[in-house]
Amino acid sequence: MNHERPGPFVQGLLRYATAPGSSSFTEFLAAASPDLLPTSPQPGALVPHGTTIVAAIYADGVVMAGDRRATAGNLIAQRDIEKVFASDDHSLVGIAGTAGLAIEIVRLYQVELEHYEKIEGTQLTLDGKANRLATMIRGNLGQALQGLAVVPLFAGFDVDAPDPANGGRIYSFDVTGGRYAEQYYHSVGSGSLFARGALKKLWRADLDRAGVVRATVESLYDAADDDAATGGPDLTRGIFPVVMLATARGTERVSDTELDGVVRAILADREARPGA
Amino acid sequence: MSMPFYASAEQIMRDRSEYARKGIARGRSVIVLTYADGVLFVAENASSALHKVSEIYDRIAFAAVGKYNEFENLRVAGIRLADLRGYSYDRRDVTARALANAYAQTLGTIFTEQQKPYEVELCVAEVGAGPEDDQLYRLSYDGTIVDEPEFLVMGGQADALTDAMRRSFTGGLDLGAALGLAVAALGSVGGTNGAPRSLPAGQLEVAVLDRTRGGRKFKRVVGPALTELLPAEQGEPSAPAPADTPPHDEDSAAGR
Repeated sequence: MNHERPGPFVQGLLRYATAPGSSSFTEFLAAASPDLLPTSPQPGALVPHGTTIVAAIYADGVVMAGDRRATAGNLIAQRDIEKVFASDDHSLVGIAGTAGLAIEIVRLYQVELEHYEKIEGTQLTLDGKANRLATMIRGNLGQALQGLAVVPLFAGFDVDAPDPANGGRIYSFDVTGGRYAEQYYHSVGSGSLFARGALKKLWRADLDRAGVVRATVESLYDAADDDAATGGPDLTRGIFPVVMLATARGTERVSDTELDGVVRAILADREARPGA
Repeated sequence: MSMPFYASAEQIMRDRSEYARKGIARGRSVIVLTYADGVLFVAENASSALHKVSEIYDRIAFAAVGKYNEFENLRVAGIRLADLRGYSYDRRDVTARALANAYAQTLGTIFTEQQKPYEVELCVAEVGAGPEDDQLYRLSYDGTIVDEPEFLVMGGQADALTDAMRRSFTGGLDLGAALGLAVAALGSVGGTNGAPRSLPAGQLEVAVLDRTRGGRKFKRVVGPALTELLPAEQGEPSAPAPADTPPHDEDSAAGR
């Protein structure tokens, strides 16, 4: 971390680039071009907020799903925003909170992981990735306390797991940078209480891919049912939750065609039980 | 106070060049060549941890010969610059040309302003959408930058290897043929009495920038995949590799 005292002989950006330092892109960015770091808008500004993210473990790994709504005050700012991303080959990150800030942090986090991999020639362990994300959230603490909390959910397949049939991991965070490993399933965002309640009844240890996709989509449906800031599946416009999987084979986004079938099946079942 | 001896600028530059050239020739060679699906990097390198070839960005890779600590420093700088550029603009705005220019500036400044020049030679390669868009840049210790159309050889007995490559190179080869050609060229020097050496997979570092891959085009070819691609053993087996770049106090004439 010697970015501040580079050699006297190289000018400009390379002054920082050739100085010895860590494998962290964020630390390099803070020294070389701090204006590019994600920062918050003016406190109190009406900015879009993203909402519910759920994640659940299943036999092959882990699934993460997020609804598509962003709200600004009482308005729907965007109907088809994406809040769940692949952070690298084996991990997923979803962010609830101020949409612009959240997406910037995800982008920075993706570069951070790739940067480490290229410089060190090896990937961070899944725990290392989770700790790194916690540090980045902690760095954002000042804004978080001003009411612009960015609360991520991180999940991935642990390629170092002793039992590959048990490689799915979920980590949750709080705005102070605390990192918690979650069992089975977890949810963050404004609709998370309802989603978690739904998953409590829907999730089972023996779910397969189709089963776990349905359980997460249905939990988001329940969240949208009771939380105004969470958007439900929109069959008229063909807008479905973003559902991504992380397994030993890598990450994968579930196609809208498949989700269309899942959503129609959920709606048909709900129609049969109007009280649900 | 003693008076410093006068040395002409010409003499200083010549001395520095000679010093850098000697250092670079001590190491073993790297060959970078284009093939049907992109760019192939073949390095004689017994170490599987200390790489001479590295990924820089989606379509860009880096190869180097010379002093490890010096080119490692430049490699990290390249990754930082590329990631910074991609983060502040867009992934498609990161180009080999910009990176090669940055390296040229750095190497040029170090060559003129430092006591000791960097003993390195670099290649920055970018794979394009088609073979005509592939780019290879060669960067020398003094910041000279050259755009090579088909292949380049760096380090070791580069002149002899370049001749060997020039005789055998044709464009549009498949991966196996291109690798065979490069390995044969690497083995054509250094054998006893001029006999060709056979280089096993363990002494090669091979990587490709493959335009048919998604997102990140860089891929190392290692293990069984490499053994499968290598031509059948021929010529005398190569002697166990000596330390790649001997320390400066060792006699360079005895080196390679």
